Amino acid sequence: MTVHPLSGPAPGYDDPYEAAGIRLLTGRRTGLDEHLARHGVLPLPWSGRGGGDERLISAVELSGLTGRGGAAFPTGRKMRAVADGKGFPVVVANGMESEPASRKDATLLDDAPHLVLDGAAVAAAAVGANTVHLCLARPRLLQAERMRRCVDERLRRGLDRINVRIQQLPHHYVSSEESALVRWLNGGDARPAATPPRPFEKGVRGQPTLVANVETLAHLALIARYGPGWFRRVGHPDAPGTALLTVTGAVRRPGVHEVPMGRSLGSVLETAGGATAPLSALLVGGFFGSWLPAGPALSVPFTRADLAQLGAGPGAGVVVALPKDACGLAETARILNHLAANSAQQCGPCRFGLPAVARDFTALAEGRPEKDLWARLRSRIELLPGRGACRHPDGASRLAATALSVFAADAHIHMTGHPCDAFHGSAVLNIPQAHVPGPDEWR
Amino acid sequence: MTISSLLRIDRIACDGHGLCADLLPELITLDEWGYPVIPLSVVPHELERHARRAVAACPVLALRLDSTAHGVRRGG
Repeated sequence: MTVHPLSGPAPGYDDPYEAAGIRLLTGRRTGLDEHLARHGVLPLPWSGRGGGDERLISAVELSGLTGRGGAAFPTGRKMRAVADGKGFPVVVANGMESEPASRKDATLLDDAPHLVLDGAAVAAAAVGANTVHLCLARPRLLQAERMRRCVDERLRRGLDRINVRIQQLPHHYVSSEESALVRWLNGGDARPAATPPRPFEKGVRGQPTLVANVETLAHLALIARYGPGWFRRVGHPDAPGTALLTVTGAVRRPGVHEVPMGRSLGSVLETAGGATAPLSALLVGGFFGSWLPAGPALSVPFTRADLAQLGAGPGAGVVVALPKDACGLAETARILNHLAANSAQQCGPCRFGLPAVARDFTALAEGRPEKDLWARLRSRIELLPGRGACRHPDGASRLAATALSVFAADAHIHMTGHPCDAFHGSAVLNIPQAHVPGPDEWR
Repeated sequence: MTISSLLRIDRIACDGHGLCADLLPELITLDEWGYPVIPLSVVPHELERHARRAVAACPVLALRLDSTAHGVRRGG
């Protein structure tokens, strides 16, 4: 590969962070001075006349960066679609992190706010936007206040030529979906919208809109400085770079860890200090994810393609280690009840199908096998996917289906009217109080 | 290649009236709450007239017939 024109002096292997494969997280709040001392001023060409930056876009394409918010879509391709769209592009930075099992975006915004804001500037320059909406969850007041101070400081120092607006949205599970962000920014509910058109075609004020997760933006800030070749030095050839993973459950050091993409799930657990107990399964991706049996899962590389072969995906980078003495069916029932209560209540499958699946699953978990429960639950689970405006029912269906297969032996015991021994054990997943949002709580 | 039409549903607008399944049972069934299930959204040529009638009958205009090539997506 030829040296890309954007490649600047990059941190070498003598840099302790780089040597350890840590690029985003510093473990403490990095202020603007320290940030600039470490990375320098963002080398952004700026025409001031709008229009995208082909050089930046092709650098991002070469880097192989994929979105870290859940969909793992190639970021460069998304940028190109927005830059090629008709109108004045807009950038939306998604820092909502509505996935209850994830802490990575909050940790990143705490640790490296200026990497995220640099990335927002890179994204804006790449697609030719001059406004970035940084979307944050409304209850996280301190986070918004800190980010506002960072934005002001950059303005005072003349670092940014873009207009960054902090937006505080209602905090519901589906409110971070990209069409929900756009709908709210356009004055509507923070609920997913019917598509097409997708935001990249017609988003904020009808303009082509790039919605990118804040971690994706932080990677952009480094790609713009050090080039795509540097970015690819870490990770897997098909899934380059690092990723922020929230590893919880039965591990010694639960929390957010930066891990090179393509490491095995077992090695991901080792990064979090290793398992504290024999494991039965891993929940990969989050509440919107899949259960995998612990044994076979440990050797699987954490990439979209490898996880897809097992019917899973990286999602928002969540890995939960379930110990053998926990009941996966009970955990799943609690997640499903949370997902059912936190849908947008817009489409048939989420108004009726998902609550019915959650009720059936609860009956199974509690060992109350009503007549035909098993067959009914299976058919209701199969009818959820592809039938909503967003993928909320698809995610719930996948979670439920993988639970039935991974915890099949437990399910048979529960179906005889006796929950497994683990059912009475303590819950592993920390699930927030399910509160069904009222009609006026989406604005 | 013949151009075939695709059934599309605005899932947010759909209220589960179920008229579409009455008029186009070959392609549309209903779940237990009356919401449409469309295993295959491609409309064969011989059913196109029925499909148009189903589209016209939807009281909330949630059903559409697209002849475009947005790609065959699983209709559910």
